[in-house]
Amino acid sequence: MTTLITDTRTVFSRELRPVLRDPFTITFAMVQPLVFLGLFTPLLPDDSLQWFVPGIIVMSCLFASSMTGSNLLFEIQTGSHERMLVTPLRRPALLIGRALKEIVPMFAQAALIVAVCVPFGFRFNLAGALLGLIILAAFCIGLGALSYTLALASKNQEWLFWTVQQTLIFPLLLLAGVLLPIENGPGWLRALAKGNPLSYVVDAERALFGGDIWTSATLAGVIAAGATAALGLWAGVRAMRNSD
Amino acid sequence: MIETQGLTKHFKDVRAVDGIDLTVAPGELVALLGPNGAGKSTTLRMLTTLIPPTSGTARVAGFDVVRQQREVRLRIGYIGQGNGAGHSQRGRDELISQGRAYGLGVKDARARAATLIESLGLAEVADRKVSSLSGGQRRRLDIAMGLIHAPDLLFLDEPSTGLDPQNRANLQEHILDLRARHETTIVLTTHYLDEADSMAERVIVVDRGRIIADDSPQRLKAEHVGDLITLGFGHEADAASAASTLSGLHPVREGTRLLISTQGAPRRVTGMLDDLRAGGSPAVEVEVTRPTLDDVFLKLTGRSLREGGTAETRELVEV
Repeated sequence: MTTLITDTRTVFSRELRPVLRDPFTITFAMVQPLVFLGLFTPLLPDDSLQWFVPGIIVMSCLFASSMTGSNLLFEIQTGSHERMLVTPLRRPALLIGRALKEIVPMFAQAALIVAVCVPFGFRFNLAGALLGLIILAAFCIGLGALSYTLALASKNQEWLFWTVQQTLIFPLLLLAGVLLPIENGPGWLRALAKGNPLSYVVDAERALFGGDIWTSATLAGVIAAGATAALGLWAGVRAMRNSD
Repeated sequence: MIETQGLTKHFKDVRAVDGIDLTVAPGELVALLGPNGAGKSTTLRMLTTLIPPTSGTARVAGFDVVRQQREVRLRIGYIGQGNGAGHSQRGRDELISQGRAYGLGVKDARARAATLIESLGLAEVADRKVSSLSGGQRRRLDIAMGLIHAPDLLFLDEPSTGLDPQNRANLQEHILDLRARHETTIVLTTHYLDEADSMAERVIVVDRGRIIADDSPQRLKAEHVGDLITLGFGHEADAASAASTLSGLHPVREGTRLLISTQGAPRRVTGMLDDLRAGGSPAVEVEVTRPTLDDVFLKLTGRSLREGGTAETRELVEV
């Protein structure tokens, strides 16, 4: 018999298979943030690797999971998404499986980034980092599900997907203090950052990678990621039920 | 197998499906026939749990399509208008993951995929990317995907649209074969008249979201249209005298021709020719036209299916 987990695995492995069959693209995507890191960190003050690396990991996962819906757009047009909707696959599994396909390669990438940065003085706590990645995965499943929902909403007008995705992704990123610290910004910007769930996830990642596990930052990150996941899955399941 | 009551779907102001009551018994092969936009696909989409009805109820394979979606999905196969297999995937992989979606174990899914690949003649292309397959090959792959869990009830939405005649014939053969071997209940939509005519024992004519006729193709034609016999004569005078000989059949004369609308024309025409010869005005030409489902549709709606639903008058109507 199937469960939510086996269904998720079915969707996930189906999605990942063409990626694994085309290793060139995935290798290229994996190396990209290293280039970014190599060109950006020399501009930062010394010792900022510790602050910056968790942010880069969050950024790649954010970009990747926000793209969950882009493959879907094509499959909506060709009919394979419809075919999957008629199968007994549990609806959340469709969302989680597709989001995980974007997230899992990014975790492999995170390991690569960490491995490259350690010789340059990056220090991390393994247990904290693993917990951090779980929190990040939850957040990204929510974001991936929202991306999926957006694709369903823009199935006859592909531009809508890209416009909304591009319009939202950068404010989300900048207002979370991923690239530059928010603390020194003006009050209005800090207020906006407080309303951004990603801010709490990023703060939690930094604390966890640094080894501060049992802190309020971790708790806030768990809550923000959990809420995003719940919202995304709710919206996605609802959109699938009502889409025509 | 299927039971609907007052099934209705409105899209904003459009009544795509407007109160359909339908019962399909196990083992039937039913074709929903109608012009584009008649509500065939929308009906199918409600029956397959893809969209919720605006009102009315439907039970499919014993379960409610709104409240027991999972139970319905487990028991039906669906072959939509598009390609079920992802274009970046390989056919065999898609079949296996489809099997996994229905709860088959890895081994069973592989074995089942291999069987279907064999029986649908896909062995050479199953391990290629779907995007490199021809239209007919993709369609056969879609059929294989719909059959992976050997469902008791199979829905096909416009299965042969876009296929060339050879592939269409091939596809129809597969569907009929499936029916013969597994007694699968099959519901398909089509706007190809000959397809409905040759495949289905039961044709449900749908127009503007409603069922306007529901019977076997033979009975639909006999009941609504009948056959047409056209007799040609050497002279108008012969035609006129023949008209009086056959006056019981209410012939319509057009110059040297007589048009007679009747049932069972192929049997009756020989007797008719004997009568005419005996009456001294033998026919020199005879043509028997059997009605098509298009004639039925035309008779019922005043519009022709062939012309995509636009009005078209034909000789037959005048007879």
